[in-house]
Amino acid sequence: MANIVQFENVGLRYGTGPETLSDISFTLGSGAFYFLTGASGAGKTSLLKLLYLAQRPSRGIIRLFGEDAVTMPRGRLPGFRRRIGVVFQDFRLVPHLSAWDNIALPLRVAGMPEEDLEQPVREMLAWVGLGERAGAKPATLSGGEQQRVAIARAVIGRPEILVADEPTGNVDPDMADRLIHLFDSLNRLGTTVVVATHDFQLLARVPGAQMMRLDKGRLLDPTGALRYPPPPRGES
Amino acid sequence: MIAFGTRGGETRRGGADRRVLDEAGTLRAMTWVMAIMLFLTLLAAAAGLGTRQAATALERQLAGRMTVQVVEGSPAKRDTIAAQMVAALKALPQVRRVMPVDRAELTRLLAPWLGAAGADADLPMPAMIDVDLIADADPAAVVAAVRRIDAASRVDRHASWMSPVSGLMATVTWLAFGLVALMLSATAAVVVLAARAGLETHRATIEIMHMLGSTDVQVARLFQRRIARDAALGAIGGGVLAMGVLALVAARVAAVGSDLLGSATLAPADWTILLLLPVAFVLLATLAARIAVLAALRKTL
Ligand SMILES: Nc1ncnc2c1ncn2[C@@H]1O[C@H](COP(=O)(O)OP(=O)(O)OP(=O)(O)O)[C@@H](O)[C@H]1O
Ligand SMILES: [Mg+2]
Repeated sequence: MANIVQFENVGLRYGTGPETLSDISFTLGSGAFYFLTGASGAGKTSLLKLLYLAQRPSRGIIRLFGEDAVTMPRGRLPGFRRRIGVVFQDFRLVPHLSAWDNIALPLRVAGMPEEDLEQPVREMLAWVGLGERAGAKPATLSGGEQQRVAIARAVIGRPEILVADEPTGNVDPDMADRLIHLFDSLNRLGTTVVVATHDFQLLARVPGAQMMRLDKGRLLDPTGALRYPPPPRGES
Repeated sequence: MIAFGTRGGETRRGGADRRVLDEAGTLRAMTWVMAIMLFLTLLAAAAGLGTRQAATALERQLAGRMTVQVVEGSPAKRDTIAAQMVAALKALPQVRRVMPVDRAELTRLLAPWLGAAGADADLPMPAMIDVDLIADADPAAVVAAVRRIDAASRVDRHASWMSPVSGLMATVTWLAFGLVALMLSATAAVVVLAARAGLETHRATIEIMHMLGSTDVQVARLFQRRIARDAALGAIGGGVLAMGVLALVAARVAAVGSDLLGSATLAPADWTILLLLPVAFVLLATLAARIAVLAALRKTL
């Protein structure tokens, strides 16, 4: 399995504060499924930001799709970002756009003609169970519904890497199951998935997924991801 | 299905692009600023162009006109020289028309200053001959001809009397064009400020667009379209108002019936310039917005 992401001794410091992330080294295999766990404040979001190119590291090497992402000129970033779907922890929906328009954004950014948008967007809405709320603005959606819009927006462009930061934090266990199932199907189609979560229940839902544990800005397993033990039979 | 009811139809693309940025006050205000700026710019430009027309007309009229004064104490000798002068001037190819000023007419003109004494035939009054030259004739040749007959005679060129007026008109013209240039740069500055304020207002949205892989140019285009539309609205408003005012002023000028004012009308080329100004305004606004937004985005990751 080829490596799609490679971190080497990466450190991240916000401003002049202490290092939020230190000596982060790992590789992500193309097509694999990863969970990123760790206590609140451990640096999960920070690590994902480096991964989806919202932040440059203070030190170290990051290779993305085989290219140096640290010294990459600004002009090349958009092309790379389009290959990465992101579910932000705080959703980041555009507040004055409807659910439909929010989900259509990545396709529009990629230049898809308007007449081709209808079908994929409608399918995506149905997938996340929001077929009836297409015209709703984010403010009129519940937290869980907003989260599903955010997920639909992240996956509609069939990204090569899907990065999801606490994607099930606001939904009930049934919906969490469905969403993880969605990620799993996407993974089966070849997308590399990275999900940050507190919820160890989720880990059991994806057999074969690997786990990265973060603690106070450091990876607990210096070699990178661990294979999570297979789920016990007859779980609750 | 009801949710989809509002969509569909060909007009969606432009609309969707525009909607990515919601309506913000800074850009609405810009429509008004644009309207006022363009209104003032058009008035200044019209004043400049009109004055230039008047100055050209005045120059054309005066350049070919002169008066010869035969200053000779003896009335008999004076009249002989004057007659010679008229004959010689008529023979010159540069001269279109020679008109000796009637003595009685001269007396009438001088009456307010000299009273009845002006009628005294012994009063040493110069003989005056008005001369009209053909277009673009060299006045020096005429002056030389006059000097050959009588070195003491004076030649007054009307253009030189009017030169302070011409100078004033030239100054007014350049002042007006200077104002137009100032207005255009102020407009660019306003647009840059509005674009920066807009960037601040829409920062969250722009960040999202960036994370979804939008290029700077794509983001700039959103602002460009908005500013172009607002500027166009302002340009139409300001333009219509300015044209109305100009039509009113033109009517008043015609009513005055003064030659000098009447010549301050706009030529078709001038109207073309006035009509192109709003277009230039909108283009300038769009360009300024694009440059401002791209410069600001370059500082982000
Ligand atoms: N933009 C920032 N500027 C300064 N400090 C930051 C910034 N973002 C995060 N931090 C700090 O970095 C540390 C790690 O934050 P991060 O958001 O990565 O944690 P997390 O593991 O995602 O936590 P959570 O589970 O609560 O989401 C925290 O101490 C936080 O205060
Ligand atoms: Mg976080």
